[in-house]
Amino acid sequence: MSYTGEHLIYGQLGNFSIVLSLIAAAVASFSFARATRSQEPNDQAAWYRLGQVAFTTQSLAVFAIFGLLVYLLQQHLFEYHYAWKHSSRSLEFKYLLAAIWEGQEGSFLLWMTCHSILGLILLRRQTTWHAPVMSVLSLAQFALSTMITGLYILGWKMGSNPFLLLRDSGVLDNAPALHLNFDLSQPLRPDYLSSIKDGNDLNPLLQNYWMVIHPPVLFMGFASTLIPFAFAIAGLWKKNYGGWAAEALPWALFSTAVLGVGIMMGGMWAYESLSFGGYWAWDPVENASLVPWMIGVAGLHTLLIYKSTKHSLRATYLFFILGFLFVLYSTFLTRSGILGETSVHAFTDLGMNWQLLAFVSLFTLPSLGWLAIRYKQIPSPQKEEEISSREFWMFIGSLLFFLSALVIIGQTSLPVFNKLFGTNLAPPEDVEFSYNSIQIYVAIIVALLTALTQYFKYKHTETSFFWKKMLTPLLITVVLYALFAWLIGIDYNRKGPVFEASIWLAVLLSLYALVANLSYIWIGASGKLKNAGGSVAHVGFALVLLGIFISSSNKEIISNNIDGIPAPLAEGENPRENLTLIKDMPVNMANYTLTYLGDSAHPKKQLWYYKVLFTNKSGQDSFLLTPNAFVNYKGNEGLMANPDARHYWSHDIFTYITSIPNPENAADTSRFVPYARKSGDTLFYSKGTLFLQALSARDSVPENLFGKDGKLYELPVTVQAATGTSYQLTLRSAVAKGQWIPLPDTIMSEGMIVQLQRVFPDGSVELGIKESDALLQYVTLKAYKYPFIKVLWYGVWITAIGLLISMARRWRILRTPQEAV
Amino acid sequence: MKKLHLVLLVLIAISIAVLISFTNTTSTYDTIETAKEKPGKFVHLMAKLDKSAPIEYDALNNPNYLSFTAVDSLGASVKVIYHSAKPDNLEMSEKIVLKGKYKEGQFECEEIQTKCPSKYKEAEAQGKTHPGSIADPRTNGSTQ
Repeated sequence: MSYTGEHLIYGQLGNFSIVLSLIAAAVASFSFARATRSQEPNDQAAWYRLGQVAFTTQSLAVFAIFGLLVYLLQQHLFEYHYAWKHSSRSLEFKYLLAAIWEGQEGSFLLWMTCHSILGLILLRRQTTWHAPVMSVLSLAQFALSTMITGLYILGWKMGSNPFLLLRDSGVLDNAPALHLNFDLSQPLRPDYLSSIKDGNDLNPLLQNYWMVIHPPVLFMGFASTLIPFAFAIAGLWKKNYGGWAAEALPWALFSTAVLGVGIMMGGMWAYESLSFGGYWAWDPVENASLVPWMIGVAGLHTLLIYKSTKHSLRATYLFFILGFLFVLYSTFLTRSGILGETSVHAFTDLGMNWQLLAFVSLFTLPSLGWLAIRYKQIPSPQKEEEISSREFWMFIGSLLFFLSALVIIGQTSLPVFNKLFGTNLAPPEDVEFSYNSIQIYVAIIVALLTALTQYFKYKHTETSFFWKKMLTPLLITVVLYALFAWLIGIDYNRKGPVFEASIWLAVLLSLYALVANLSYIWIGASGKLKNAGGSVAHVGFALVLLGIFISSSNKEIISNNIDGIPAPLAEGENPRENLTLIKDMPVNMANYTLTYLGDSAHPKKQLWYYKVLFTNKSGQDSFLLTPNAFVNYKGNEGLMANPDARHYWSHDIFTYITSIPNPENAADTSRFVPYARKSGDTLFYSKGTLFLQALSARDSVPENLFGKDGKLYELPVTVQAATGTSYQLTLRSAVAKGQWIPLPDTIMSEGMIVQLQRVFPDGSVELGIKESDALLQYVTLKAYKYPFIKVLWYGVWITAIGLLISMARRWRILRTPQEAV
Repeated sequence: MKKLHLVLLVLIAISIAVLISFTNTTSTYDTIETAKEKPGKFVHLMAKLDKSAPIEYDALNNPNYLSFTAVDSLGASVKVIYHSAKPDNLEMSEKIVLKGKYKEGQFECEEIQTKCPSKYKEAEAQGKTHPGSIADPRTNGSTQ
């Protein structure tokens, strides 16, 4: 059967490219392995050339797959499941790439693309190490290629294919309208595609520019951890245990920089577009990317120790190997569905768990086994490191980083533990604190080591030298810390005095690390920035720590209130965080007066912008925030909120919508409830009080309209709302031609309609009141004040710049060996 | 013994101690019945919304008070109090994880995690999601 409107050629090209990349990667891995093992130069060169050709072919195939996928989405070819599932006609072009890596298949492809780019860079130069390194890299490419094949082998499904057709995906199996004779047992109608008008679209939360840039950087980071791993394997393979150190060093620096930036870009995205009010939540997905980075940092430092002193080579092997293995473990954790109940993330089992496990085992068992067998052969100097040496303290720092990474992944692996041992453990009550309460002490020691270690020399340091150099930074730190305590301080007593004191200490030591490393740029590197990459990176890292401690501990929820009424909290009162704003009715919140001005809609999508005006009580400052939300988007009922923030140099004001009126309740069904009163009386309604003033009547009304005994009654009323606002209004009611005609008066902000229904001869009156939420436009929001969040962001960039400066320097040294230090 | 080996042993010992003490702070997954047996203790209650019982939430009156009834597959039910905004997809959820404590005849919830049949819901429940970790929408075939 052939179907009209399908463009099958792209899928055929795609599947061909997948098979090509699979085979070419296998050929490349094998050829580079033969080149590694061969002792005969001509033979070696031939195998290397074959590997080169195969890897280049593999890379071109991967780029072709990527290009084809971009084309499917860009042309809205919804006959392909991937295009239908991840994009739509209304998706802006700028988010097209984000849609590609939304799915598992696309993110595997992204990973492969990064490996290909790194491999092509490695192939530009040929050294004795590149054959084994490329063999390992090609093997990883082969394993990743299997993840996107979607072939059935002996009944096992291997991988998930991005070029799967919509009609083969099962999505249409339950849609009778698309089948012949509306019968599900019949094949699809030949023109079924004309009914597929639009795709499912990219998850609205991912429609954010960070989602275009964060995944490629992160996956480049993941991919780059493979290079130091491959160098370590190459060392074991060739039994030349330390020869690769100089060549691997720029790669280790690159990997640390890119992975670190990639992780923190995820934090920036979370901060800007998600509504949990933060950049880090110790979520399994976040931890899983942090842990390989921390182990990589440990490996980077032990590699530096080895380069200068010949110590710590064994540790370097362990760290570089585990760094990549934890990338694989993370892949398994986040993609296998095992996190299930414990994660807020929605993981699905694509039926590829056996394959993921095979991938992890393929690299884990041989690499760790090999390391265990050859461990004793890896040289390690007999002479012990001196306590006054730089390498001693650097090693302790690395070890601490490594062990703290293991503790983090241990905590994250609770569901794996449950699965293995059949236990039923759930995460603790305060998940974030369960990490923070441990990691803060790691941070304190690491900050101290970061400050001090550069002032030690390798091998041995004179005590007097050390103290002389340390004195000035120490004094500057004390002055800055005093200023900090006076001007900013820490306000965090939720977890007891010990934890608060720990934060104070952590700030002190981070500040010390900052000052000491800044000073070292002049003391140690004579102000030459290109030689001071290490210090620059440490300055950045100290800023990251400072930013984390100050912003997290001083973060304030400024929408705090009691039962919806923003009021100062009494002692012992439990604050509530959501505040309802009624349109045009100003509400006081912290230092601001907030007014909800109304909403506006996106021209194409069910995306709503809620305009909230913040006016500082001093009257100096006023700004509009427009947090937005997708409402009932693409058949997904509910609210998906994106925050908005106002950035100041010292803090951010940050708000997002937590609730809006349900449009289904909009039908106005309530009726006027009558109340008998007389002038001077009060009348309560649900949210305040009405004060009735003196009733007056006018007889002189036009007879042609009102008839003979026409009258017009007027009743001034003061409305005193519970929120403190009061209104004046005059209710009017006419008697015309014997009929009572009340003129209803609407008080929007109170959601109330009042009318004067009847006046009795004794001067008493009947009021009618109708209260309805349907009249009201309101939003419920949460607002935060985030101080000094910029310190963290700048810190991240400076760390990366420092690492890249170091990388450039190591690269130069590598290329001109005579300059080697 | 080298000094560094000593440091290594001490740090490893501390790490193990930290992980063991972490397992002591963990909570448990419970049914309504077992949660009621340990009042005042923080648990993860696995249940679903009782759609026949009323949901009480009035953002105008108090945006920080939600009350509803949860039932579980064993037929038990409990009144739930939550002092925050109502998760917008509560009514649509097919499963909910309630984190909190059973106290004086009702379940005081600190966090609600809703699981919905469609692909965006679960991520949205907590307002966070990562690419590559989003449920497959094959259960949710809207094909107009």
